[in-house]
Amino acid sequence: MKNKKIEKVENWLDERYDLSPIRNLIQHKKVPVHGHSIWYYMGGISLFLFMIQVFTGLLLLMYYIPGEDSAYESVQFIITKVDFGWLIRNLHSWSANLMVFFIFIHMFSVFFTNSFRKPRELTWVTGFFLLLLAMGFGFSGYLLPWNELAFFATKVGTDIVAVVPFIGDSLKVILRGGEDVTGATLSRFFGLHVAFLPAIFTTLLVIHLFFVQRQGMSEPEEFEKLTEDQKKYIPFFPNFVLQDALLWIIVLIVLLSLTLFFPWELGLKADALASAPIGIKPEWYFMFMFETLKLLPANIWFIEGEAVGIFAFTIAGLIWMLIPFINFSKKKDLNNKIVRWIGIFSLLYMIAFTIKGYL
Amino acid sequence: MGTNRRKFLNSLLGIGSLGALSAIVYPIISFLIPPKIAEVKINSLKVGPVADFKNNSSKIVKFGRTPVILVRTKNGDFNALEATCTHLDCIVQFKKDTQQILCACHNGIYDIHGRNVSGPPPKPLKQFVVNIIDDEIRITSQDV
Repeated sequence: MKNKKIEKVENWLDERYDLSPIRNLIQHKKVPVHGHSIWYYMGGISLFLFMIQVFTGLLLLMYYIPGEDSAYESVQFIITKVDFGWLIRNLHSWSANLMVFFIFIHMFSVFFTNSFRKPRELTWVTGFFLLLLAMGFGFSGYLLPWNELAFFATKVGTDIVAVVPFIGDSLKVILRGGEDVTGATLSRFFGLHVAFLPAIFTTLLVIHLFFVQRQGMSEPEEFEKLTEDQKKYIPFFPNFVLQDALLWIIVLIVLLSLTLFFPWELGLKADALASAPIGIKPEWYFMFMFETLKLLPANIWFIEGEAVGIFAFTIAGLIWMLIPFINFSKKKDLNNKIVRWIGIFSLLYMIAFTIKGYL
Repeated sequence: MGTNRRKFLNSLLGIGSLGALSAIVYPIISFLIPPKIAEVKINSLKVGPVADFKNNSSKIVKFGRTPVILVRTKNGDFNALEATCTHLDCIVQFKKDTQQILCACHNGIYDIHGRNVSGPPPKPLKQFVVNIIDDEIRITSQDV
């Protein structure tokens, strides 16, 4: 029943490039059906939101002008003068936040369903780097409107780099493009946000997706124990893809509602000679670290409190990234238990400290 | 002999590649470090006539490249402190109700002389000397 013309094009391509791997994937890939199937969709939603980011970001580039005297004004121009400018800018900000949110959900669901284990260690590691890059996107993009909140968040964020032993100060200067946060910082962050990070992110994303396609969907242990007749699957194409598409439409509706009812404020223009406003907060996904730094005393023994905090977060991040490779115990059951408790603790810690930041 | 020769050539190639790599990396890192811009060093700054400053008020001024907060307390005393928080670089503010200096980023509190009282700041704020000459306020750095 296939359209003749499409078939012709397919044959033409097939003759030259051999499309059988793609055909195989479409025909044979299947998705297990079980109680935890819902988590299979989280990565796809993150991907969808990333595509919205790229698209709205490209549109914003048509009007945005980096620079101390033009950044704030150009964003103001976008949201007040350009037709649907407010929509594009709000979509960009909201989908950025939702993307980070769904990446976190995706990560924790992979963690608690044990899907990060052998043979998917590298999928986990690339995913972890994608999360870090997404946070880098958030941090660099936050500064671009050059408003007061972003200015101080960037001052704090870049000053933290200085606690790295030996090279910290040089790193800070490289990141800021000088000793202070100025127009030079804005230029650098702009370059990072629209060229450097997208290039690395896209490359890693392709590798991540390649791993996923190559290995197929991970099956939870309880599912693997079932007999062949008891295992239920749906074909990836078209069933899973259509369900994915339906979810994407739902996410798009939620995103549009947020955009319409909760527009993103631009705030006041950054002023290097103004005091930091009371109630200054970073983006929510940095909140748990921000709150921790706030609680630490000035000095722990002879080291600055913040240095201890940053060091602890770095170690925790490293353990989290390498968790598929770490054996806490030779007994498999005990090891699984320890890993699970690390996950539960991390999740609760992040939720508790994030909530605390908004109380 | 063959393997020795191969080893030797391989290590030569390795050293050459390292050299080539550093010839690429070094200019990139140097490019990323911004050139130092010569700054005019100033030792003192005229801020304005005393009458411009009401009791219990503050103003942030630029002392060369350093932001400085000039505070006039309830009692009419002047105090000038470096305005950059010693914790993570935010600009501090004067709290009129408690006569303290607050950094809103992480709730760091200093007393009116810049001593860190509570919260995360690890060091006190640097003090500047305030002189009043011919009814005009002048801030002077203590470094000289």
